[in-house]
Amino acid sequence: MVKVLTKPSTELKYQTKFMEHIVIIGNGISGVTLARHIRKLSDKKITIISAETDYFFSRTALMYVYMGHMKFEHTQPYENWFWKKNRIELLKAFVKNIDTDQKVLEFADGGNLNYDKLVIATGSKPNKFGWPGQDLDGALGMYHKQDLDNLEAYAPNNKVCNRAVIVGGGLIGIELAEMLNSRKIPVTFLVRESSFWNGVLPEGESQMINNHIKNHHIDLRLSTNLKEIKSDENGRVKSVIIEETGEEIACNVVGLTAGVTPNIDFVKSSKIELGRGVKVNRYLETNIPDVYAIGDCAEQHEAIGNRRPIEAVWYTGRMMGETLAQTICGNRLAYKPGHWFNSAKFLDIEYQTYGWVFAQPREHEAHFHWKHHKEDICITVAFNKDTKEFIGINTFGIRMRHEIFDKWLTEKRDMEYVMSYLKDANFDPEFYKVYEDEILKQYNDTFNTNLTSHKKSWKRIFSKA
Amino acid sequence: MKAIKNIGLVIFLIGLAIFTALPLLGTFNLNEADFNNIVKEQNIKSEVFINDIKTNVVGQDFKGMQTLSPIISKALDNANEAHTKNKEWDKKIYTKSSDMAAMIGKKSANGFIANNKGLMWLLTFGLGIIGALMFILPNVILLGKKGIKNDGIYHDSATNRGWIGWMVFIFLVSFYLVLYFASEYATNWTLLVDPISEALSGNPAGHWFVYGFMYCTVMTVMAVRMYIKYRHNIYQVFRTTSVLFFQIVFAFIIPEIMVRLQMPYYDFKNAFPLDYDFFFQWNLNSLIETGGIGIFILVWGIVLTLIIVPIMVYFFGKRWYCSWVCGCGGLAETLGDPYRQHSDKSLFAWKVERYLIHTVLLFVLVMTAMTLYSFFSDTGTVLGIKTSTVQSIYSLVIGSIFAGVIGTGFYPIFGNRVWCRFGCPLAAYLGFVQRFKSRFRITTNGGQCISCGNCSTYCEQGIDVRAYAQKGENIVRSSCVGCGVCSAVCPRGVLKLENGPEDGRINPTEILLGNDVDLMDFVNQK
Repeated sequence: MVKVLTKPSTELKYQTKFMEHIVIIGNGISGVTLARHIRKLSDKKITIISAETDYFFSRTALMYVYMGHMKFEHTQPYENWFWKKNRIELLKAFVKNIDTDQKVLEFADGGNLNYDKLVIATGSKPNKFGWPGQDLDGALGMYHKQDLDNLEAYAPNNKVCNRAVIVGGGLIGIELAEMLNSRKIPVTFLVRESSFWNGVLPEGESQMINNHIKNHHIDLRLSTNLKEIKSDENGRVKSVIIEETGEEIACNVVGLTAGVTPNIDFVKSSKIELGRGVKVNRYLETNIPDVYAIGDCAEQHEAIGNRRPIEAVWYTGRMMGETLAQTICGNRLAYKPGHWFNSAKFLDIEYQTYGWVFAQPREHEAHFHWKHHKEDICITVAFNKDTKEFIGINTFGIRMRHEIFDKWLTEKRDMEYVMSYLKDANFDPEFYKVYEDEILKQYNDTFNTNLTSHKKSWKRIFSKA
Repeated sequence: MKAIKNIGLVIFLIGLAIFTALPLLGTFNLNEADFNNIVKEQNIKSEVFINDIKTNVVGQDFKGMQTLSPIISKALDNANEAHTKNKEWDKKIYTKSSDMAAMIGKKSANGFIANNKGLMWLLTFGLGIIGALMFILPNVILLGKKGIKNDGIYHDSATNRGWIGWMVFIFLVSFYLVLYFASEYATNWTLLVDPISEALSGNPAGHWFVYGFMYCTVMTVMAVRMYIKYRHNIYQVFRTTSVLFFQIVFAFIIPEIMVRLQMPYYDFKNAFPLDYDFFFQWNLNSLIETGGIGIFILVWGIVLTLIIVPIMVYFFGKRWYCSWVCGCGGLAETLGDPYRQHSDKSLFAWKVERYLIHTVLLFVLVMTAMTLYSFFSDTGTVLGIKTSTVQSIYSLVIGSIFAGVIGTGFYPIFGNRVWCRFGCPLAAYLGFVQRFKSRFRITTNGGQCISCGNCSTYCEQGIDVRAYAQKGENIVRSSCVGCGVCSAVCPRGVLKLENGPEDGRINPTEILLGNDVDLMDFVNQK
């Protein structure tokens, strides 16, 4: 349920006329988190502008609408009355130009809006690498609400869409494959890499996902690139040509899911400094005073730790919103994301990661890998070869407790500790079969140690780092 | 596989169609000896009624209950009218006309159905069970690899409030209306299960036995569906098994066997105030009169409500009852599972829920206080209000209409926990304990939530789980029945039902785990 953040009083309503006006472009997780937190901290006037939808929705849930798990309204985390109640004004408009001297936004439909502080939170758009035919009808990304509408139009079932080809083997690619699969539309999945997502996942895990994809009757083509998309006489997708073999694959829909790029074309005409994204410092400030950028479209001048300068991740957008709200409300704070973590789901396999596990162990690093003999369950733990310090863990098919790994990373625990106390970290539902003893046994056998497993302890779980 | 499913569906529908037609079929012919027995057993003193029935019913053939029932009803009305006019109060008949019709119908049924109970059982229950299993079992293969299988739920007319959903709604509501308010039309159904009833309790079946048997059958078949759908989730498998066990053994078989052993009919797991008539005078009297076992039941019933229930809720949350033991929960979690997404998640619905469920709790407590006062002080009224009137109102409005007609009939429209969420007084009581003194919570996994909303969509209790999860806050809500489906459908492993220390169970946070530790401290400990 939604909690009302503050109650408006007539006095406050009067004051808002003279209040600082915060304008946020983009109603995604970053912008909305920012707005919510500014409202918690202050009575500033807040306006959120979006050209995509009237209300905030969870982009990550679009797939479930197509798959019939949910209706679109279920993807909206706040009821429609929430915005008015919290005095967050919503404006549906497309910003064409930002005049930072006059502090004015110009809209595509001719209107304009003054701001005191401006936040750019426009997220990403799907990458298109100049493939011939990439803008044909039926060639689409899977990012915006409009992409979902397009997919519903071009691929409502396997009669209208006999085959879909997906280009790009990342998280959105596999989600799109799962979506189409749910409507029994045959899918050919073109992946540039020699194994699925192997720029991120270590080999064993990547292989497991390859097999999992094929087990779902998805035509996975590894080391395969798109050459061009061919059009029929009506300007609709007819087929694709494979770069390597020249093979032509007939299809009605092409999913372009080769990553995303900051959605900042409308900023180009302004004085705001851009790289691939909107350039920001640690305080999420751009080169222009009173203009900030957060979320997928923000690009750090220098990457933070092992993170990328542009992070298109749900929770980093949220964290930037949490942080910038402090700055805007007078408590200037640097954006400092803590230990890396993330999660995803590959068809039926859940994936979580805490700390850093690189596809190839870096210098002084080694991996410990355990895999269930039958099921699609495995973990990979990265550690320092010399000091045995724990660096990160990937888990597939086992849920782990974020708090515990965050604490262990902060405390710089070593492998022996992590392996012995792994039961504290298990987050699987009750009565699930647990594998910590099996994992520990393999660890002991591999490294010639004699560690014993400790029983789960609530006291340890709830003690703070 | 698909073909097997379709054949199964056809077979199921044939069974269902025959079952649905039965109330209007069959021949009835009451012979004089049977009627004399009824007159004797029921102690009927109205010669007007007796003569009326003897002239107009006895020895005559009736095709279908719809031809017999109105005559009995009219005879009853005429007799009572005459006796009222003549002030012959001792001759008035207080049996409801539908009960009288059911009684006479049961004795007088003599056609094909009554003579072929086994065959008719096969053509209704038998075809229903076989057809349903043929429809369900191929899913082992058709659903593919194990995992969450919610594909197409909102594209299917049955599960998206489409025409199939509305048909199911009409069927269920009609079924409950017959059961509660026109039980004479269930006469043919009782015939089908007579052999089973006689084997268990030694008595022929009444319409409540039909209901009990059907309840168990439907739960068992739909439990098979649960096992297949959630076969990757052992929590769901255990929970389904538990709820099925308690329904079949505790709610169905044990009470019937107790009747055979001359003991009171009692469901040992049905706790007051869900078991709202536990303290009614007739029940207390019957328990006390039975001695030994009756007194044990009386003590057990009180201990169950006052001691066992709250202690168990303290350790495990109210789920141990609502989704592991309770019969209402059992049906909701099996037959109702396909409809769980229809529960309203709005703030408005939550407000309605809190007013309604606590009003019912208050109602049952006031009624019970009146009942006990009446019982001990031997009066029929409290402060000028007749206790029996209050009891009848509760039985009708809450016990029959809310719990039955709306509670189950509305599954396809308002979701499978309408009664449990908005009406059940026991759930309200357990909810207080769960909210204020329990180790149970649904833990949110740090900063992993992506606000997708699967958890909220599939919460049968209408809890906006996501609202908590996306704030990194544990879910501690009085209404949560711990079905575990939010955790099951979460694509990112964010939710875990667990029983842990009370300290830190409720953890409002503003900044989620993962953001700079200083900022978390700064904001959260302010």
